Amino acid sequence: MTDSKKDYQKILGSVQKPVIGEAGKTGTWSSKKPIIDLSKCTPVKSGKPSCFNCWLYCPEAVVSRTIPPQIDLEHCKGCGICMEECPVKAITMEEVKSE
Amino acid sequence: MVNVMDLPEEEFIYPGTRACAGCGMALIYRIALKALGAKTLITVPASCLTVLHGMQGFCSTKISVYHTPFATTGASASGILASLEDKGLEDEITVLAFAGDGGTTDIGIQALSGAAERETNFIYACYDNEAYMNTGVQRSGSTPLGVKTTTTPEGKLVHKKNMPKILEAHGIPYVATGIASYPLDLYEKFKKARDIHGSKYFHILSPCPPGWGYEPKDTILIGRLAVQTGFWILYEVENGILKLSRASSRYLDPSKRKPIEDYLMAQKRFSQMTQQEIEVYKTYINDMWADINRRIQNQD
Ligand SMILES: Cc1ncc(C[n+]2csc(CCOP(=O)(O)OP(=O)(O)O)c2C)c(N)n1
Ligand code: SF4
Ligand code: SF4
Ligand code: SF4
Ligand SMILES: [Mg+2]
Repeated sequence: MTDSKKDYQKILGSVQKPVIGEAGKTGTWSSKKPIIDLSKCTPVKSGKPSCFNCWLYCPEAVVSRTIPPQIDLEHCKGCGICMEECPVKAITMEEVKSE
Repeated sequence: MVNVMDLPEEEFIYPGTRACAGCGMALIYRIALKALGAKTLITVPASCLTVLHGMQGFCSTKISVYHTPFATTGASASGILASLEDKGLEDEITVLAFAGDGGTTDIGIQALSGAAERETNFIYACYDNEAYMNTGVQRSGSTPLGVKTTTTPEGKLVHKKNMPKILEAHGIPYVATGIASYPLDLYEKFKKARDIHGSKYFHILSPCPPGWGYEPKDTILIGRLAVQTGFWILYEVENGILKLSRASSRYLDPSKRKPIEDYLMAQKRFSQMTQQEIEVYKTYINDMWADINRRIQNQD
C-alpha cells in the first residue's frame, strides 16, 4: 500500500528534461528547405536590425534574429511559412539532401 | 505599438516538437510564452498541445507544464493558484491555462466557468483549431457551419459558439480574441493581460493545415483571410469596454471586407458548401459586425 503510494507520487512528481529535438531530428520530415538569398535580405542589406519576419512567423523557433538570419535545418520542418512571409521574396524552398 | 525587436529573443519552446509542420497552435504558444516569460506555470488538458510537449522523460518547453485531465483545466488552474497563495508566490508567478476548443467550449466549460466565477487570478487561452484535431478531426462546439469533419461528413449544420461572449458574461476584467497570423497583436495582448488582476480569457483562432485542408505554408495567409473577410474579429474587452484591434478596425466598414468565398474556398473542409450556405455566412458575418458596432456606439 505504502509502496504503491510512493510509486504514484513518483509518477505525479516526475520531472521531464527539456531538450532540443524532443521528437527527433524533425528536419527529416521534409526534403524541401528554406534557403535565404542574402543579397535580397533587408537587414543584411542595411546592416541594421529590421524585418525579421522569418524569425517572427516561424512556428518552430528555428530561425535566429541575427544578421544574417540563420536557420537550424536539422529541425526546420520545411513548412514554407518563412518563404511566404518574407516581404522581399529572399527565401526559396529548395531540395536539400539531409546527411 | 510593438515592433518585432521589442519581443524577447529568448525562446521557451525548443525546436523539434511533435506538432505538424506549419501548425498555428505552435506559433501562438511560442508568442504567448515570450510575452509571459519564465515565471509562468502552465496547465494543459488533452489536446495537440499535450503532444507538442512530448513523451515521458523529455519535454520541449523550458516552463513547467501540468498535464491535467480533459475536463479540469479551469479547476486545476484554481488549485495551482491556491498552492501559490499558500507559498506567498501568487504575485510572482503567472498561472496560464492553455487548451483546445474541444477542451474549452465543450468538455472544460464548467471548470472554466467555475474558475472565472471564483475570480481566479489566471490567464485562460483557448487556441481554436475548430475541431478535435488530436483525435482525428471530430466536430466541436467551436466548429463553424458547413465544415466537414469525421462526425459531420456532410458539413456541420449549426454555427460555432461565441465563447468570448460567454466568458464576458462572467464579468471578468479582460477578454481578448487573437489569431496566429498577427503575432505582434497577440504579444501585446498577453503582456497586458499578465498585469491585470483576475480572470483573463483569450480566444485565439489557430489555423491547422491537416484539419482545415490547406498547404502548411499558407497558415498565416489563411488566418489573415479570416480577418480580412470579417469572419474573425480581433478585439479586446477591458472592464466591459470593447475595443477593436488595429488589424480588424477597418473591417467595420463592410465595403472593405474581402468576399467570404476567398476564405472558405481556400480550405478543403468547406469544399462541399452550397451557395445557399455561403449566403447564410454573409448574414452571419454582417450580424456579428452589427452587434460589435452597436456596442461601440453605445459605449461613448
Ligand atoms: C476524458 C477524455 N475524453 C477523451 C479524450 C481523448 N482526447 C484526447 S485529445 C482530444 C481532442 C482535443 O480536442 P481540442 O480540445 O479541440 O484540442 P486539439 O486536439 O484540437 O488541439 C480527445 C477527444 C481524453 N484524453 N480524455
Ligand atoms: S520552413 Fe517553416 S519551420 Fe523551416 S524555418 Fe521556415 S517557417 Fe520555420
Ligand atoms: S523575412 Fe526575408 S528580408 Fe526579412 S529578415 Fe527574413 S530573409 Fe531577410
Ligand atoms: S493537427 Fe493541427 S493543431 Fe494539431 S499539431 Fe497538427 S497542425 Fe497543429
Ligand atoms: Mg481543437
